[in-house]
Amino acid sequence: MTVAQHALRPDPSGVPSTAPGVGFSKRPHVTIRGLSKRFDTAVIYDNFDLDIPRGELISVFGPNGCGKSTLINMIAGLIPVDAGEILFDGMRLDEIKFGYVFQNYREALFPWMRAFDNIAYPLKMMNVPAAERKARTEKLVAHLGVKIDLNLYPYKMSGGQQQLVSIMRALVVEPEILFLDEPFSALDYEMTLFMRDQLQKLFMESGTTMVLVSHDLEEAVYLADRVLLLSRHPARVADFKVVRSARPRTDATLSDADFVQTKAHCLDVFQREVRRA
Amino acid sequence: MNTKRLEVFLPLIGVAGLVAIWSGATFLKLVDPVLLPSPASTFDAFWKGMDGRLGFDFAKTVYRTAMATVIAAVIAIPLGIVLGASERVYRSLEFVIDFFRSTPASAMFPLFLVLFGVGDETKISVAAFGAILVILFNVAYGVMNARKTRLLAAKVMGASRLRVLFDVMLLESLPQTFVGLRNGVSLALVIIVVAEMFIGSQDGLGHSVFEAQQLFDMPRMYAAIFAAGALGYGLNLLFLLIERRFVHWSGK
Ligand SMILES: Nc1ncnc2c1ncn2[C@@H]1O[C@H](COP(=O)(O)OP(=O)(O)O)[C@@H](O)[C@H]1O
Ligand SMILES: [Mg+2]
Repeated sequence: MTVAQHALRPDPSGVPSTAPGVGFSKRPHVTIRGLSKRFDTAVIYDNFDLDIPRGELISVFGPNGCGKSTLINMIAGLIPVDAGEILFDGMRLDEIKFGYVFQNYREALFPWMRAFDNIAYPLKMMNVPAAERKARTEKLVAHLGVKIDLNLYPYKMSGGQQQLVSIMRALVVEPEILFLDEPFSALDYEMTLFMRDQLQKLFMESGTTMVLVSHDLEEAVYLADRVLLLSRHPARVADFKVVRSARPRTDATLSDADFVQTKAHCLDVFQREVRRA
Repeated sequence: MNTKRLEVFLPLIGVAGLVAIWSGATFLKLVDPVLLPSPASTFDAFWKGMDGRLGFDFAKTVYRTAMATVIAAVIAIPLGIVLGASERVYRSLEFVIDFFRSTPASAMFPLFLVLFGVGDETKISVAAFGAILVILFNVAYGVMNARKTRLLAAKVMGASRLRVLFDVMLLESLPQTFVGLRNGVSLALVIIVVAEMFIGSQDGLGHSVFEAQQLFDMPRMYAAIFAAGALGYGLNLLFLLIERRFVHWSGK
């Protein structure tokens, strides 16, 4: 791909990513069939099926230890599946570009590289020439309007800045899908609020399918087009709830009747699942 | 008044105290002057010596210690990376490494004497032997303890196993490698100085200390001891400075 062709991918179907209708308006992006996974004797997934729609931000929410991380780690190929098939538009993981953002940004970034080189690193793995790596990284930074000094080493940055660098590193390859495992849970509250809006902005601008694990229900609903509610393991889909609130969502959205109702519904489902012994 | 700036001079208080006690002890003749010469005569022997014979011995010891450390690093660092990259390989050799790491290197002198004779080779190779095991152990641990998340991060970005080794594991292990190098150079110095005392040596700081003692030239003996101390301290400091320059993320 040349520099000229580089642009953050617009939603390919031209359908706005705001307020999707009930049911999928598009062909599913990820199809998971017959997924099974166990750790020792604990069955985490048993013949699990799921479709993830394209161009949407999916929040994954459920009881602690139910298998949220395990799910996205299997989809992203970080851990092997015991059985089952995960396809992306019919293709295997090694045929697509994807990004992954870890919770622990401190350990996920490379402290020996400046932030800019951290962001450009995945392009190096794709054998993109140095000059083009630089151009593409600069373009991404300009596009996102990020105002941090990327000549700094990560350890000189605040937690939020480091996580922003991690997210940019995941986005620089123009991934078709981005996975985020509790990306903000190591940040303080103020920074979390700021980063939520940054992520929403990135999502609206890129239209990339995103799968976000969150342990904070308000955050999960606030960011999502759909909330995937999982049961205790072996995990089932307790609900796959559409969030209708229009984007960009703001503080006002939090007190919006529709939003409040959706959140209450998710909480109900969650509590039902937690009480189930 | 800026007390922060004055704090830089705090370490000098210990030095001044030591010299004061030493001067007091010699001035009041609390210790036999033959066994403990005055600071003035010792420093006189040091300055004059460093310009002549002591300086030559100092250079010899620096050379041998440096050779031993360089040889050890060249062998131990690549080997440590290979061992550390595969936990199974390391576990299978761990006992052997630990065993020889625990063996006093001085016990190897007779063997190396038979192998290399009484020249520099023996001293340097025994010191290198000791330093290799220390460095190897630290490098391997540094590689093995590379942050799991960082390795996964490189993997999801499409890095091959070889790339992960060079781009991540190698750099991850650098802080621990420097711990190994600092310990290794200290050990090499100890072994070199001991070797210079006993096995047919004509020069070096160990020889200088030993010879001065035999001749009962106490100022010269103390001067040589100080030279050895300064060398050990200086080598440690040198590695710390190199580390701070090149492994800027260490401990961050
Ligand atoms: N590598 C592992 N070995 C054994 N058990 C594991 C491993 N990883 C996760 N588990 C277990 O699997 C379950 C699901 O884990 P995880 O997906 O991390 O939960 P969460 O939903 O909190 O992200 C938990 O009970 C956890 O203890
Ligand atoms: Mg988790």
